[in-house]
Amino acid sequence: MRRFQNSVAADVRRLKLLWKQSFLTSAATVLKEAPLRERFTRRSVLGNITGAIAGLLSLSAARSVKAAVQKVFVTAGAPKGYDPAQHKWVMAIDANRCIGCGLCAEACKKENRVPEGPFYRTWIERYLITKPKPGSGELRGETLVDCPNGGMRGFPVPSVPKEEIQHSFFVPKLCNLCEHSPCVQVCPVGATFDAPDGAVLIDPSYCIGCGFCIQACPYGCRFMNPTTHTAEKCTLCYHRITRGLLPSCVEVCPTQARIFGDLKTAGPDAPIRQFYQNNRVQALKPHLGTEPRVLYAGIDKEVR
Amino acid sequence: MTNDVTNMVVEVMPHFEGYVYPNEATHQPLWSVLIVLYPYITGLVAGAFIMASLVRVFKVQALEPVYRLSLLTAFSFLLCAPLPLLLHLGHPERCYQVMMTPHLTSPMAIFGFVYAWYLMAVLLLELWFDYRRDLVEWGKITPGFKGLLYRLFAVGVTDVSEPAVKLDVRIGYVLSVVGIPSAFLLHGYVGFIFGSVKANPWWGNVLMPIIFIMSAMVSGIALCVFNYMVLMWVRQKPVGMKCLDTMGMFLFYALVVDAAIEALDWVHRIYSAEEGFAVLQYMAREKLFYTLSLGQTLFGTLVPLILLGLLQLVGGRMPEWLRRRMYFVSSVLILIGVLAMRWNVVIGGQFFSKSLRGVMSYKMEFAGMEGWFMGAILFSLPFVTLVALVKLFLSERLPATPHEDFTAKSAAPNG
Repeated sequence: MRRFQNSVAADVRRLKLLWKQSFLTSAATVLKEAPLRERFTRRSVLGNITGAIAGLLSLSAARSVKAAVQKVFVTAGAPKGYDPAQHKWVMAIDANRCIGCGLCAEACKKENRVPEGPFYRTWIERYLITKPKPGSGELRGETLVDCPNGGMRGFPVPSVPKEEIQHSFFVPKLCNLCEHSPCVQVCPVGATFDAPDGAVLIDPSYCIGCGFCIQACPYGCRFMNPTTHTAEKCTLCYHRITRGLLPSCVEVCPTQARIFGDLKTAGPDAPIRQFYQNNRVQALKPHLGTEPRVLYAGIDKEVR
Repeated sequence: MTNDVTNMVVEVMPHFEGYVYPNEATHQPLWSVLIVLYPYITGLVAGAFIMASLVRVFKVQALEPVYRLSLLTAFSFLLCAPLPLLLHLGHPERCYQVMMTPHLTSPMAIFGFVYAWYLMAVLLLELWFDYRRDLVEWGKITPGFKGLLYRLFAVGVTDVSEPAVKLDVRIGYVLSVVGIPSAFLLHGYVGFIFGSVKANPWWGNVLMPIIFIMSAMVSGIALCVFNYMVLMWVRQKPVGMKCLDTMGMFLFYALVVDAAIEALDWVHRIYSAEEGFAVLQYMAREKLFYTLSLGQTLFGTLVPLILLGLLQLVGGRMPEWLRRRMYFVSSVLILIGVLAMRWNVVIGGQFFSKSLRGVMSYKMEFAGMEGWFMGAILFSLPFVTLVALVKLFLSERLPATPHEDFTAKSAAPNG
C-alpha cells in the first residue's frame, strides 16, 4: 500500500517538475523578454510540445496506479481496513481427492449469481482414459473428456464399460491466477487487473465488453455475462476472502480437493503449505509461459 | 434447402464435436461477423491508400485517373471502419475509455490512437491539401448548398496563388510519405491483435501482421479496380486501359507476395505440426472447407493469380474488352477471397475449443446484431458514403485540377 502511495507521490512530483520546466518557465520568460516574432521559435514550440506529452504520459501513469489501488477497495467488495499488501491468496487442487460431486460448481453459481447457461466461474471435468486395444501396440487408449452442466449435477454413468477404463479422474477448473496473465495484458482499458493480494479481478463498471480477455485466456475461464455485457471470471470469492471466509467452492467441498490459503500468513502446518510439501505439482499449459499459480496434484498429461 | 432457409431466420442451437470448455459452448462465437468486417474494411482502407500513394510518392503517372478515387475510397471506408467494432462492444458507451485511460500493454488500446492518427493526421489532411485549390474554385462557381459546402470545407483558406499551391503539393507529398508507414501500421496492428493471442494456435503467429498487411494491399487495390470500373460504367465513359493495366500489374505482384507469405505460413504450420495441429487440420478440412479451400485459396487466390498472370504474360495480344472483363472478375474474386480470409481467421479461430479436444459449429443468423442483415448494412455503408463523396468531390460538372498540373507547376522554376 505504502509502495503505491509513494509511487503516486513520485509521479505527482515529477509531473510538477515537468510542468514547471516545460511550460511556466519557458512561457513566462519568453513572454516577458522576447518580441512577438521570437516568442514562438521552433525550439520553444517543440520543447513545449514535448513537455506537454511527457506531462500527459506521467499524468496517465499516476492515474493508472491510483485507479488500480482504488479498484481493489472500491469495486471488488473488500471491506474497509482490508490491506491487500498483507495477503497472497492462492488455491491448489488435489485431483486425487475430487469425487466429481459438483457441489463446488453449484455453490459458485449461487454465491456469485452466475447466470444460467454456459457460464461458469468454476467447473469440473471428467477424464476417462481407456485401455489400449489388445495387440494395437499403443501406449494407451482414447481420452474422453466431458463436463455436463459444468459438472454441477454430477456425472452420468460413463459411456465406456468399466473394464475398458484404465484411468478415470475429475479435474476442478478455475481461474489459474497466472503470474503473467494474458487477460490482464490485453485488456484495452485496464478493467481487469492483478490485485496485490494475488487475485485477478475485473472492474465491471469499467469493462467495455470487447471480449479480448476471453479470447486471450488459454484456460477458457472467462465468459461474457449476458446480463451485464461485461467479462466475468472467478475472483476467489473476493467478497468472502477479504472478510476472513473461504471461497464458496472450498467451503462446500466434501473431500478437501480444493485447498485455499494465504501464502503470507500460512504457517508450515497450514493446509496450503502441507499440500506443496506433500505433492509434486504441475500447472496447466505451462508452455504458454503464463506461470499459473493454481497448481494441480494428481492430474495427467491429457489435462489441458 | 428448407433447413438452410430455416437456419437463416431461426436461431440454431450450437453443435459440438469432442470436448469444449463449458464457457465456450455459447450459441455463437464471441467475435462474430462484425469482427470479420472490421479487419476487412480496415484492410481496404490501407490498400486503397497505398494505391493512391503510388501516384503521389512513386510518381506512377498512369494511375493518375484513380488517384482521387482511391483517396476517397480510403476515406469513406475509414469513416465506417470503427462502426462494427463499436457495435460489437458490450458497452459501446464506454468506448472513450480506450483513449482516456488506455492500457498500454494491450494491442487493442492502441487502435483509437492509430485510427485517430490515420484519419486526422494523414487522410483528412492529405485530402484537404489535395483538394484545397479546387474547393476554392468550386466554391466560387457553385451555387446553393453544394457551394456552401465547398466554401465550408475550404475553411477560409482561399489563397490559391502559385506559392500557396506549391506549398499544398509539398505538404501533400510529405503526408503521403508519412501515410505509407501509417497505413502499414494501421493494418499491421490489426493483424497483431490476432497474432498476439498465444492462447489460440490459429491466431498466435508472428506472420499474422504481415499477412494482414499484404492481404490489405491486395484487397485495397482490387477495390480500386472495382470502383474505377463501376464508376466508368455508371458514367458511360471508356475505362483508361493504361491505368487499368498498371493497376492490374500492381495487383498481380501484391497478390504473388501475399500468396507466397500465406503459403509460407501453411508450410510452417504443417511442418512444425505443433500441439493442436490435429484439430486445426480437421477444422481446415471439414469446418472451413468452403471458405478456406474454395473461397480463399481457389477462387480468392489461384484463379485471380492465373487471370492476372495471363494478363501480364499475353495481355498485349488480348482484345481490350477481354482484358477489362478479366480485370473485373479478378478484382471481384480477390475481394471475396480476402473477405473469406478474414472470416477464416476470425471465425475459424473460434471454431475449435482451446482445450484442443473439440470443434464447434456456427450458423450465422439472419437478424440480430451479429447477423447477415446487420453485416450487409454495415458493409454497404462505406459504399453509400463513397457515392456521396464521389458526387461531391469527383463531380463531372466541376472542373478538377489534374494532379499532374500540381506536380508540373511545383517542379517548374519560379513557380
